[in-house]
This record gives sequence, structure tokens and C-alpha cells, in this order.
Amino acid sequence: MPQTELNLALEIRALRKTFARPAVDALDLRVRAGEFYMLLGPNGAGKTTTLRMVAGLLRPDAGQISVFGTDALANPVAAKAIMGWLSDEPMIYDKLTPLEYLAFVAGLWSVEPDLAKHRAHDLIRWLGLEQHAHERCEGFSRGMRQKVALAGALVHEPRLIILDEPLTGLDAGAARLVKDVLTERVRAGSTVIMTTHILEIAERMADRIGVISGGRLIAEGTLQELSAHMGNTGASLEDMFLAIVGQDLAAE
Amino acid sequence: MTGSASLGWFACHELRLAWRDMLSMMTAGRRDRERKIAIGAAIFAVFMHVVAVLVLGRYGTVSGNPGLPVLIAVTSGVLLSGSAMLSQAMESVTRAFYTRSDLELILASPARADRLFAVRIVAMAMSVSLISLFLIGPFIDVLAWRGGIKWLAAYGVIVALALAVTSLAVLLTVILFRTTGPKRTRLVAQIVAAVIGGVFVIGLQMGAMFSTGTLSRFAFLRSPFVLTHAPDVPSALWWPARAALGNVTCLAATLGASAVLFLAMTALMAPRFADCTIAAAGAARTAAPAGRTRASFRVRATAQTLRRKEWLLLLRDPWLMSQSLMQLLYLLPPTVLLWRSFSVGADVSVVLAPVLIMAAGQLAGGLAWLTISGEDAPDLVASAPVVPSRILRAKIEAVMGIIAMIFSPFVVGLALVSPFRALIATCGIAASAASAIAIQLWFRSQSKRSQFRRRHTSSRIATFAEAFSSICWAGAGAIAAAGSWLAIIMVIIALAIVAGVRWLSPARAHGDITTAMLMTDYAKRAWIA
Repeated sequence: MPQTELNLALEIRALRKTFARPAVDALDLRVRAGEFYMLLGPNGAGKTTTLRMVAGLLRPDAGQISVFGTDALANPVAAKAIMGWLSDEPMIYDKLTPLEYLAFVAGLWSVEPDLAKHRAHDLIRWLGLEQHAHERCEGFSRGMRQKVALAGALVHEPRLIILDEPLTGLDAGAARLVKDVLTERVRAGSTVIMTTHILEIAERMADRIGVISGGRLIAEGTLQELSAHMGNTGASLEDMFLAIVGQDLAAE
Repeated sequence: MTGSASLGWFACHELRLAWRDMLSMMTAGRRDRERKIAIGAAIFAVFMHVVAVLVLGRYGTVSGNPGLPVLIAVTSGVLLSGSAMLSQAMESVTRAFYTRSDLELILASPARADRLFAVRIVAMAMSVSLISLFLIGPFIDVLAWRGGIKWLAAYGVIVALALAVTSLAVLLTVILFRTTGPKRTRLVAQIVAAVIGGVFVIGLQMGAMFSTGTLSRFAFLRSPFVLTHAPDVPSALWWPARAALGNVTCLAATLGASAVLFLAMTALMAPRFADCTIAAAGAARTAAPAGRTRASFRVRATAQTLRRKEWLLLLRDPWLMSQSLMQLLYLLPPTVLLWRSFSVGADVSVVLAPVLIMAAGQLAGGLAWLTISGEDAPDLVASAPVVPSRILRAKIEAVMGIIAMIFSPFVVGLALVSPFRALIATCGIAASAASAIAIQLWFRSQSKRSQFRRRHTSSRIATFAEAFSSICWAGAGAIAAAGSWLAIIMVIIALAIVAGVRWLSPARAHGDITTAMLMTDYAKRAWIA
């Protein structure tokens, strides 16, 4: 089926960003609406830089970014309105309670107050934070902070959810909860783009996987497509990933 | 040679950390700045000596048997320095309780923690005395140059004073800890420290206003009221003053008493530090109990949402009190002056405008740093569907709102005495606050709110420019309030400072202040990551 702009959640064309050396190098990427897309790559591959440019946190040197057909560079406010961003380091306000934090986030995204309140309480309950809903976040563990930040990324029900290493530092229970929440969101029609270094999670959760190295997309597809690409060896994603990245580095 | 985890070993460890910390604070982490900082410190020292010559040049010649007025004046100077040092020491002790850094590592080790805390108390005393020596030293040098070498004994008095006030600070803070509990001590200690730091000079000003009707402390100290109520010349209370004037016996007694007090307090309190820090750590991990706060999901414009968040965070900021309370306390004397001039019809309101303008500029600078640079969730705010200029505007409005709220009552009171001077004060407050906010905006660098105390390290230019612009606006206000058109010269200087800072700022290089700075910060962070 041809991919029209409307059924693409994210379309990136010839995206470039250079710091001391190219971090993202003429990257092309397409993510379909409603899919769970995992972006993998070694450290310094350009994953975070790419996602930060999509989220409007970094200005690209060149290229185009389109979110559900909206030009994110020409009209960043409209694009941001339908996106949710979660960084690997949970950035929340220590002196606010989870509910106050969610009220603030809902205010930023102009969510209708009754709806925001209802969603905030649902998220708090869902993430197991009811007992701490009125406590300030300063005493929270890393897992609890990550849950509050995740609730903030979801309270405005974004159509595109972008998560950069959301499972870093979480215990098994918290990680499971986050994965369940994201799976449910995809089932409800949202699109999730996520980076991770835990390849088992990518193997289990992703509809499609993109491998990025040196700022370029070097492989992409479903698990089966990647396996076929590697010659149907029955290898795990970890083996395939190491082989793909190794080939790319050798080619350089 | 120092054994592992011995007092000497801890002292070496602390010394190394303190040296690197100080270097990092001075150079903002840039190695290439070390030479510039050394040159800057030398210029500052020369400048302070010039100021000391201008201020004290004629006071050096004191006879070997000083009279009561001299003893009162010197004792006042000692008490003035002591109150500021005690304030600083209390803040250091409180910070030692609540700053985690390496404490968990040391407390979890088999080393004796009381040794570390003993070393840290000594370090606090050293820090307090070094800062005081740096600031007061030039004045002592000038007195020694003009009045003889005996004045160098004042250095010994400063060291004695540092030992005594550090002992007192440790005792006061531990008592506060025991009485108010670990959760409240941080706030209470900051208030107490700020009050102590300002109480002596404010008290003198209050006394001066009630006895002489002016803000002059010198006039008050020479007044018949003080001279008749002061202890007689032979009293032991004058020993520190005599020591500062070169009496060797008094100097030895003052130093000895302070050293004994300090050693006793260190031996007594060092073991209690571990208990206090553990309790403070427990308090930090305990969040506010449920049901105290209620989130508001009312309909608000985005700007209102942002402003509300900033006000809420400022209200709950644990260190804001110590950084801003002093500026607010210094508004007390002009308030009393205002009240007196209104009640007795005296025309002394001319001094109010510059005080208000200066305080507004200083307060606005601190608040602007917290709201603009101290954004703890920059990703969240930047990824929201709001144009960056609107975010910055809301933050600026939040600061200006607080300034308006604090200073309006003073301006209204002033308007009752002199509408013209109230108008001058209003314009000056707005200009001074706007200048401070603009400087913070141009030199913004993304930081954590907890770095508030070290905000000055990010840019020395911004720090000095903020202070000088406030001084110039205050000067302009004073001259204008006196009815002279020469105020325009100070206005031009203030504007030139602001324009010069804008020219030097990183924001100008990027052209677009609203987005370029955000993007640069994020680019740096992403690249480092």
C-alpha cells in the first residue's frame, strides 16, 4: 500500500545536524501511524539528536520533518501539540506534587480542565502513584520520577509519543508498567517511537525496527525482514544488530 | 605523613576539594581563565585599597590610650563584621547538613565520621575568616599605613572573631535542628542567618533614625545617648576593640578565648553532625504528607499556567529565602524612615527612592535567574506547543509581578509623602528590575535550581553588570529625587552599561534571543550526552 502523508506519523527527509562532526547525516525515516517503532544504534549514533530535532528541542541544519502531515520546522507549535516527549533523564519539578505537575503540563497543552483532571487521576492510578499524588516529587525514587514524567508525556493524549531510553534505571516492575502503558497506547491508535539499548524489549515490542549508525539509517524493517536481510540465519536481534553495525563500521 | 582516615588525611582531602571547588567557582570550570581571574583579583585588591584610603585615610592616628568614642566605633565595626560572619557561618553549617555530595560514601565507610566533621568545622572557620580578611584586609592595611603597625593586630581579631562566630553558628544550628526538626531547620536557619546578618546594621540605622532622624550610623554612635549608656573605658567588653587597636595583651586574651571556645565546640558538636546529616537525609527523602496540597485544573491561558508554576516554585524554593531575605530586610529602615517622615512631616523621603531601586534590581536579578536559567524541566517546556517568546514573556511577567507586589506598598507610602518621588521610585524600580532581568536573559545558561547559590559563576560580566546597573539606577533615582536634572547622566550611564552588556552577551551573537539560546543549550547538552 503506498504511504500517503496522512498515514505517516513521522516523515524525515535528508535531515542533517553537525556539531564538531556530523551527528545526523542526511537521514531519511518514515514511521507509520499506529505503529511501535524502535530506533536502535550504538552510543553516539545520532538517535537522541534525531528525536530531539523531531520534538523541537534542537534545530536541524537541513532537512524536513513532518508530523502527521504538519511541517514541524515551519509550524512547530502545531506539531508539538500532537506530540509527547519523554527524555531519558526524568525532568520534573521537585517542589510540585504529581498532580500539580500534570495540571501544569495539561495547562501547557491547553487540555480542557475537566478532561485533564480525569486523565491525570487515571494516569496516577494506572501508574500506581495514588498514594503519592499529593506529595512533592523531591522524595521520589528514580522509578517514581520516571512514572510522573511519563504521565506528563501522556496527559494530553498525544498522537505521536517519542521516548528516549525510557526504561533506563527502572526496576523490573516499573519497566513492565511502562511497557504495558505504551503497548496499550499503541493499541488505542497512538504511534510510539522509542530508543533503547535493551534489544530484548525491541524484539518483543516493536512493529518495526530502525538501526541508525553514524547519523544514517543503515537497516530497517520488521524482525522477520531484518532476519531475511541477514540471510535468515535464525540469529537473535542482538546478533543481527551487532552484525549490521559491525558491517557499517567496517565499510567506513 | 598522615594515616588513612586520620584527621590529617581528612584535612588533606578537604583542602584538595576546597581548592578545586574554589577554582571551579572562580573560573566557571574554564582552565584558560585562571590567569585572568588572578589579574582580576589583584585589580580588585588594589581597588579595595583605594576605597579604604578614601574612606579611612583620616582615621589612622589613634593615641595609645583610646577614649570611649573610639572604642565604641571600633567595637561597632567588630560587631558589624561579626554579624555578617555569623550569618555566613550559619549558612555554611546548614548547607553541610543538607548537601549530600560525598557524605553517604563517608558515613557508609568504617572511617570515623566525627573526624571529618571536625575538619569541616575548621574549614568553615577558615572560609569565614578568609573571606572577611579579603574584604576587611585593605581597610586594616590602610590604617596600619597611616596609623602604625599596631593596626595589623586587627587581623588577629578577625581570626578570633571567625573562630567565635563559627562556634556560635554550629551551636545555634544544632539547637535549631533539635528544636524545630530536620524538615524545618533549613528554612528557619536561613531566616535566622539573614536576620543576624542584617540585625546589627539595621539596628544601628533604626537607632540613628529615632535619635538623630537620619540614616547615619556614625552620628548615632557619637550621640550622647550611646556615650552615656556604654560601659566604662576599663571594661573587659572593650578588649576586642583594644586588641584591634594593637594592645598585645588584649589580642592574646581575645584569640585565646576564641580558640578555647572553638576547640570545645568542635569536640562537642562534631559527633552530633553525623546524627544531624542522617536525619536531614531522611527528611529530604520524606515527601510532604498527603492532602496538604491540591492541584488546580482550572481553565487558564498558557501564560497564566506558566506564571502560576513559577510563583509556586519560587514560593517553595528552599534556598531563595537566604538569598533574598537580606535584601528585603534592608527595606526595614527606609520603611521606618517613611513612617517617621510621614508622621512628623520631615522631608527625608529623598533617601527612599534609591534604596527601593537598588533592592528591586538585586531581587529581580535573583528571581530572574531562578525562573529563566533555573528551569528544571527545560525539555518539557520547550516541547510544549507554545512559542518560545511566549514562555520567556510569561517568566518575565512572573518576576515583574513579584517585584510589583513587594514594592507597591513602599511606593504607595512614599506617594503619600511625596508623589513626585514616588513617581521617580516607580520608574527607577521598573528600570532597575528590567535591566537585571534583561541581563539574566542575555546571559542565560541552563542550570538546576539547586545551583542558585552559584549562579554568579556562569558569567562574571553578568554579575558585575547587574550590580552596576542597579547602582546607577539607584544613583539616578537619588539625584532625581533631590530635584536635579543631572540624574540624566546616571540614566545614560545605566543605559550604556545595559547596552554594553547586550553587546558582549552570547545572545547577540545568535541574533534570536528567544530560540537561539534555548537551541544552543540543548545542542551542547545533546552533544555532551
